Amino acid sequence: MSKIDVKMTINGSAVEKSVEPRTLLIHFLREDLDMTGPHIGCDTSHCGACTVDLDGQSVKSCTVFAVQANGADVTTIEGIAAADGTMHALQEAFREHHGLQCGFCTPGMITRAYRLLQDNPNPTDQEIRYGISGNLCRCTGYQNIIKSIKAAAEQLNSVQEAAE
Amino acid sequence: MIPGSFDYHRPSSIDAALSLLGSLGDEARVVAGGHSLIPMMKLRMAVPEHLIDLQDIEDLKGISIEGGSVSIGAMTTQTNLIASEQLAAVCPIIGTAAEQIADPQVRNKGTIGGNLANGDPGNDMPALMQALDAKYVLQNSGGTREVAARDFYEAAYFTALDEGEILTAVRFAAPASGHGYAYEKQKRKIGDYATAAAAVVLTVSNGSCQSASIALTNVGDTPLYAEAASNALVGTTLDGEAIAAAARAAKAIADPAADGRGPADFRLHVAGIMVSRAIQTAADRAN
Amino acid sequence: MDAQSNPSTAERVEKLQGLGSCRKRVEDARFTQGKGNYIDDIKLPGMLFGDFVRSSYGHARIKSIDKDAALAVPGVIAILTADDLKPFNLHYMPTLAGDVQAVLADEKVLFQGQEIAFVVAEDRYAAADAVELVEVEYEELPALVDPFKAMNEDAPLLREDIKDKMEGAHGPRKHHNHIFYWDEGDKDGTDKALAESDVVVEELISYPRVHPNPLETCGCVASMDKINGKLTLWGTFQAPHAVRTVVALITPLDEHNIRIISPDIGGGFGNKVGVYPGYICAAAASIVIGVPIKWVEDKIENLTATAFARDYHMTGKIGATKDGIITALDCHVLADHGAFDACADPTKFPAGFFSICTGSYDIPVAHCGVDGVYTNKAPGGVAYRCSFRVTEAAYMIERMIDVLARKLEMDPAELRMKNFIKKDQFPYTSALGWEYDSGDYHAAMEKALDTVDYKTLRTEQAESRGAFERGETRSLMGVGVAFFTEIVGAGPVKNCDILGLGMFDSCEIRIHPTGSATARLGTISQGQGHATTFAQILATEIGLPAENITVEEGDTDTAPYGLGTYGSRSTPVAGAAAAMAGRKIRAKAQMIAAYLLEVHDDDVEWDIDRFQVKGNPEKFKTMQEICFAAYNQAIPGLEPGLEAVSYYDPPNMTYPFGAYICVVDVDVDTGVVDIRRFYALDDCGTRINPMVIEGQVHGGLTEALAIAMGQEIAYDDMGNVKGGSLMDYFLPTAVETPEWETDHTTTPSPHHPIGAKGVGESPNVGGVPAFSNAVNDAFAHLGLTHTQMPHDHWRVWKTAQSLGITG
Repeated sequence: MSKIDVKMTINGSAVEKSVEPRTLLIHFLREDLDMTGPHIGCDTSHCGACTVDLDGQSVKSCTVFAVQANGADVTTIEGIAAADGTMHALQEAFREHHGLQCGFCTPGMITRAYRLLQDNPNPTDQEIRYGISGNLCRCTGYQNIIKSIKAAAEQLNSVQEAAE
Repeated sequence: MIPGSFDYHRPSSIDAALSLLGSLGDEARVVAGGHSLIPMMKLRMAVPEHLIDLQDIEDLKGISIEGGSVSIGAMTTQTNLIASEQLAAVCPIIGTAAEQIADPQVRNKGTIGGNLANGDPGNDMPALMQALDAKYVLQNSGGTREVAARDFYEAAYFTALDEGEILTAVRFAAPASGHGYAYEKQKRKIGDYATAAAAVVLTVSNGSCQSASIALTNVGDTPLYAEAASNALVGTTLDGEAIAAAARAAKAIADPAADGRGPADFRLHVAGIMVSRAIQTAADRAN
Repeated sequence: MDAQSNPSTAERVEKLQGLGSCRKRVEDARFTQGKGNYIDDIKLPGMLFGDFVRSSYGHARIKSIDKDAALAVPGVIAILTADDLKPFNLHYMPTLAGDVQAVLADEKVLFQGQEIAFVVAEDRYAAADAVELVEVEYEELPALVDPFKAMNEDAPLLREDIKDKMEGAHGPRKHHNHIFYWDEGDKDGTDKALAESDVVVEELISYPRVHPNPLETCGCVASMDKINGKLTLWGTFQAPHAVRTVVALITPLDEHNIRIISPDIGGGFGNKVGVYPGYICAAAASIVIGVPIKWVEDKIENLTATAFARDYHMTGKIGATKDGIITALDCHVLADHGAFDACADPTKFPAGFFSICTGSYDIPVAHCGVDGVYTNKAPGGVAYRCSFRVTEAAYMIERMIDVLARKLEMDPAELRMKNFIKKDQFPYTSALGWEYDSGDYHAAMEKALDTVDYKTLRTEQAESRGAFERGETRSLMGVGVAFFTEIVGAGPVKNCDILGLGMFDSCEIRIHPTGSATARLGTISQGQGHATTFAQILATEIGLPAENITVEEGDTDTAPYGLGTYGSRSTPVAGAAAAMAGRKIRAKAQMIAAYLLEVHDDDVEWDIDRFQVKGNPEKFKTMQEICFAAYNQAIPGLEPGLEAVSYYDPPNMTYPFGAYICVVDVDVDTGVVDIRRFYALDDCGTRINPMVIEGQVHGGLTEALAIAMGQEIAYDDMGNVKGGSLMDYFLPTAVETPEWETDHTTTPSPHHPIGAKGVGESPNVGGVPAFSNAVNDAFAHLGLTHTQMPHDHWRVWKTAQSLGITG
């Protein structure tokens, strides 16, 4: 089966590669582009460890072919920090509030939380729980993840208010 | 985890998609959101040789509501359905049901077309559309035809969709203003298919039920429109007795499979509970 | 002197971020930026990818394996079967339980998913294609999936490879499907005491087969350097040194030419202790082909073929006086080990530490016996977030106490209090031979009951039961109490070894001239935060800030020998080694300080981060100054440098304990159980990092929730696995997981250098009985004595139905 050229923007950089149509986006990122952020934690599209931000939406990159993402704008955990390297409020909050242990779900979780806060800057605990229901964690029991996301939301909102 | 090989096509019009379907034959499958098909391909339970990606086809997108007539393009995602304020205003059962499907990431990709056309008894939208007496618009190279949701499902993964056809939209008349509605779905955890689920749409006037429509999810090898159960409510005050009668009638047509969610008798019992609770919730919402 | 040059004691302690500090984790920097280094992140030039052909059947003979079509797939390099491994005697490997396990199936398969062939290809897509094309011809055999039928006369023969060996690793085998019988305690005394008791209750308490299911699956990268004759094996190994020794024993390579590296691991929970066929096949393929080979399994493979946990069928029998004083405990266990006994237990304990089953109670006489059997299921079992078989033991005793409470019509908390080991009885030797180090059970229980206002909960329950009777509600309230004592920190070398390797652990620390340090341990974190917490232990011991101490684990070329991380052993054993190594450093630092201060060694005393002259504290030397002096001064009688190593053989296990209370509301019409409240009080002795402890408790309780309320790896009559993917295997999301309330008491371990006991697994040990007791309690007033886990919707509803309340 013939290969197809795909072009994408990944974390702000243009990328162009030739791939088999069946190449999953997660493998495109991890194998073709040697990225280590998004992870593979299951094979049935449940765990969310592979979550990326694709054209402004949280998407499980294990359930999308790279060719489907042709022309897309993709952000992974590697692109969440600012261009000058300043950590995003979420990355700081996860550290401050012990929102991770083994770290395997963390890239997907933070990438998801990033979009969750874009869509809903002031979520309640329940909205956060519901909003991350596509991301499984085996280590933290979620409680400190919710705390981290809330803290990041507060931080982002206070920065926003200061700017206004 | 790794799908088999296929060739990939990305048409930008319905006609182009149909033309491809026609020429590539039965080894070709259309892909909408991909979140039913791609997981099956990863397990190699589906091994199409060609995938026809519908995502660029503008004519398949959008929700239009004109004079009480709702038309939803097949490529409308679950997230789109939840976000649509105009849809929520005229037919809120759709958004509330969509919120109970899968998880946020899957909803961003999963489409109503995929959910309806797949024929997977676990999908939620089919029962909803049967409750709304919706019609599916099926297009082939010769033109379009419509099949009622209530007539569309033959067996698990077997539908009225012919080879070379694409489900392009679903249309229905918005329920009367002030209608009651509910989608009650019991599941093992968020994101799971239903242990049993019931969709109810009804209208009430002066305390008396004027119309009712009940359909069931995942308690048979197709969605089930519960006609007798629906009729059992009409003309009643939707009291406990009427609800119990409707639940009994609904259970009479259900034939759930035993699986990890439980043995058949349990799932049948839950079907009855879901029907009862959905009717109660719908009744409370109706005015 | 101003405040800046004369910081206060509090400021100096704070700067250390030592014992007791909620130090933020050093690991988080890389994980929050996607720069972790997990197995699948490792890429080496020329690396090939391995994937398995697995058995479709639970029990079958292999008639033939046709590799032709698969070998023709572009990019496929080789396909190994048992015949390829036989010349190296690698087609079987020893398990950690004294059995052997097939690496690649030889002539027959014994469980669905068993490894038959190993495909090596240029990339994982080609490997996957080839796996589909290998044709295996089977002759199906009847499958044995019911452990209760394993020893029937007509039961099918499973293990043809050992059918003539009726003497197993743990004694005589009663039947071709029998593995071992192990027991502990006074059988005759127990039987007599039971016979003479006022009240006796007996119940079959089953702990279903579950799986630890870390988010990251198992995997490895094997790289044989043929020129230098050295094998490097990166892998998801919870015990890297043990793996190195095993590889040396079963391959032609010498141990000094084997390097095992555990990089970042995405959760272990016991799943990653044992050696799996994937590791052996990857290593063998690399040795033969001479290039790196990566093997990373799918989630379905992980769930269905790697080591399961539990699957213990425990018949408990407790006797008591009519006033509720326990007289005796007997327990017989039928243990389902699957096709191979791949338990990761210390060798003398084929049933782990199940004999902790007298729990928190002062039981004068007891006996427990375990029969292990083979079935056509995946091999195991391992300790899923627990010490060996401790979850099983705790579940049995905590359920039996509730069963006894029902019989006596006594409140379950009250019955526990009546029978607790008392504070002044510690150290306490149980009837089954364990010496519990310390505990104050009454204080912990009282604190728990007070905090949740237990009396009010029971009053509310009584009222709501009345309301149910009257048809006002269809919800039944349950209150579950669990008071667990677990045994962790394996363990003293005299009775704890894995494959003959004593279960000590180690810490080596080297201080640098400019006052920072590198420490290495024989353990390996899979999320527990050792790089953060062990630095805290050392910071307090040696007076250097934790942020100046790098802690490394997992590379057998550099780390001192240790037995790894599982069974909550890191803090009790390696943590002790760290403290002891730190004390050796401080002992030498004392001599250096005395030399610098020109006083006698005994004339200086330690103060947080410095040695000062006794009676003259203005004369001091900081550790910073001492570190440089170690490299700079020629001190008579002292070698230069400043480093120490400690291999710690613990004198005993440690015994953390806790009081957990769970409140549930059961919807009897749907079987849905709502967790209204969960309170967990843990006593793990000295608390190194309260933030990390709280995180461990949250995580462990969530795993307990999953086990109690829905996890199950089941098999049908033909040996087909049911629920072997995340479609069905219950992992709670943030929506199903309640808010956890955590609390603590602190009863230090008297024999541990810093009094710490370990805590990572307590919440799983105590959590499961708390949930289960709550669900059982909801129905207890209707006559229910015991309903089996998992308490998923349909089982709860069936219980309600059997009690006639489903209407």
